[in-house]
Amino acid sequence: MTETTPATDAAPQAAPHPLRVLADRIQAALGAEVVATEIAFGELNVTIRAEAIVDVTRFLIADDACKFSTLIDITAVDYPERAERFDVVWQFLSMYRNQRIRLKAAVDEDQMVPSLTGVNPSANWFEREIFDMFGILFSGHPDLRRILTDYGFRGYPLRKDFPTTGYVEVRYDEVAKRVVYEPVKLVQDYRQFDFLSPWEGAHYILPGDEKKA
Amino acid sequence: MMDADIRQNTYDDGSRDALTGEQRIRNFNINFGPQHPAAHGVLRMVLELDGEIVERADPHIGLLHRGTEKLMESRTYLQNLPYFDRLDYVAPMNQEHAWCLAIERLTGTVVPRRASLIRVLYSEIGRILNHLLNTTTQAMDVGALTPPLWGFEEREKLMVFYERACGARLHAAYFRPGGVHQDLPPALLDDIDAWADHFPKVLADLHTLLTENRIFKQRNADIGIVTEEDALRWGYSGVMVRGSGMAWDLRRSQPYECYDEFDFKIPVGKNGDCYDRYLVRMAEMEESTRIIKQAVAKLRKEPGDVLARGKITPPTRGDMKRSMESLIHHFKLYTEGFHVPAGEVYAAVEAPKGEFGVYLVADGTNKPYRAKLRAPGFLHMQSIDWMSKGHLLADVAAIIGTMDIVFGEVDR
Repeated sequence: MTETTPATDAAPQAAPHPLRVLADRIQAALGAEVVATEIAFGELNVTIRAEAIVDVTRFLIADDACKFSTLIDITAVDYPERAERFDVVWQFLSMYRNQRIRLKAAVDEDQMVPSLTGVNPSANWFEREIFDMFGILFSGHPDLRRILTDYGFRGYPLRKDFPTTGYVEVRYDEVAKRVVYEPVKLVQDYRQFDFLSPWEGAHYILPGDEKKA
Repeated sequence: MMDADIRQNTYDDGSRDALTGEQRIRNFNINFGPQHPAAHGVLRMVLELDGEIVERADPHIGLLHRGTEKLMESRTYLQNLPYFDRLDYVAPMNQEHAWCLAIERLTGTVVPRRASLIRVLYSEIGRILNHLLNTTTQAMDVGALTPPLWGFEEREKLMVFYERACGARLHAAYFRPGGVHQDLPPALLDDIDAWADHFPKVLADLHTLLTENRIFKQRNADIGIVTEEDALRWGYSGVMVRGSGMAWDLRRSQPYECYDEFDFKIPVGKNGDCYDRYLVRMAEMEESTRIIKQAVAKLRKEPGDVLARGKITPPTRGDMKRSMESLIHHFKLYTEGFHVPAGEVYAAVEAPKGEFGVYLVADGTNKPYRAKLRAPGFLHMQSIDWMSKGHLLADVAAIIGTMDIVFGEVDR
């Protein structure tokens, strides 16, 4: 065993960083499944292949130097300009070794990601939420329903191409005596400030300015 | 249809099976909530009951979903801060804390000593706010009416402390990246100190109401037992873990702010049932009171600035009157906002309900590229099917109470 004491930030500088030791151990044990390891802001990031997530997790739970028994979070990040559009991110915590790890895998829009529910039941709702918000499918999930959005909701809200206002709005119709769904009608455009600085302005021609040219 | 029940429906219409002569009985499906007072907000749970015994619980969450994470992507870091008050609105400042820590880690900001102490002080006030609400309303769910009346009186006083620090009783927006918004006046410190002297008496009163109460014990002891292994499997944190005997507390194990210099104990339970978790919460309130006393004592001795003056915080009013640069900085800060260097970070705090974390992906602009809010209640809520299976219908209320569910953070 390479490491017996809990990882702390105040590790002596001479010895290799405890997270570095851990990263090397994971890299050595899992070999080709691990694409890259990185330590940034005092956190360990391990990029893996998405298909390997179940095996990697089993190793992280079972290995004595890892013992990442608690699944902290699963989420995704959307990068629409990339070929493999999403990053799925798993975060684990070891209450025994007092350390954290973050696993990342790039996945395609129509790529299935293996579900972790078989290893860790708490993955269930996280994966449902990712399916709901990003439309990423998890293979082997027992109950992949939408979770946070409305019954019968369409679209994947946390994708970057989904408008913040959404497409439908609901109101109570006094005549029909029920809640009705209608396309979103805004009295004023949604104030999405897509320029960084009000001083430098937008990089495109603002509505009305085209007359000047 | 909505609960995805694909099993064959049979009807107990009084007809009898021709061969056996037995009447066929089907399980009963009921909706628990969303208007049920013990559903702690807007939980709709479809319960399948065999007589009074819960066979299956299917929580439908999202009735309070406001798309916080989506909204955050189109607002600046500072504009996003108030959203955190609206997550777990029972202890608002603890959530803000996680957001500030995430930004400070990415920007490398060091929080001034006094601000750090104020944050500890108000985090602990938030913890008491939360536990007071939780223990007493959980008692109300199992039939006791007096505890919430007594507990809310104290909550009211604490919310006045919130108000005196930042002007708002609930949606504080007080913790800012780089410190806290305003310094505390000395009179407020005196009043918090006086309150901390008097509060143990209230706790003792609450103990006399509940701890040895026969009905309260019958409704809570041996209900919703969580073992160490279960707590890990379901990703529990906070009191749900400590109630099962694991002394896991981020304040102690991964200290943030200046928690490492405070003297406090971490109460743990033994049996992992609802009653132990109640006792843990009561004990935690005592410990929080001790931390509050220590923080006040330290704050009296250590005056100083409460914001790390720099790019991410506003200049002082006095500077703005005299220096043009300060005025420009102030204007730029509140229009464009500050830029956070690209990178990703996960910052977690020991919120009263468990580990509240923010996974922040920054792309170097003035808005977060993605922010994922990791709410402890989300994980607790999802295990309700497992936990309530085999319990009686009445125990479901006790279990929801003990899980400390607030839908602001579950639905986000």
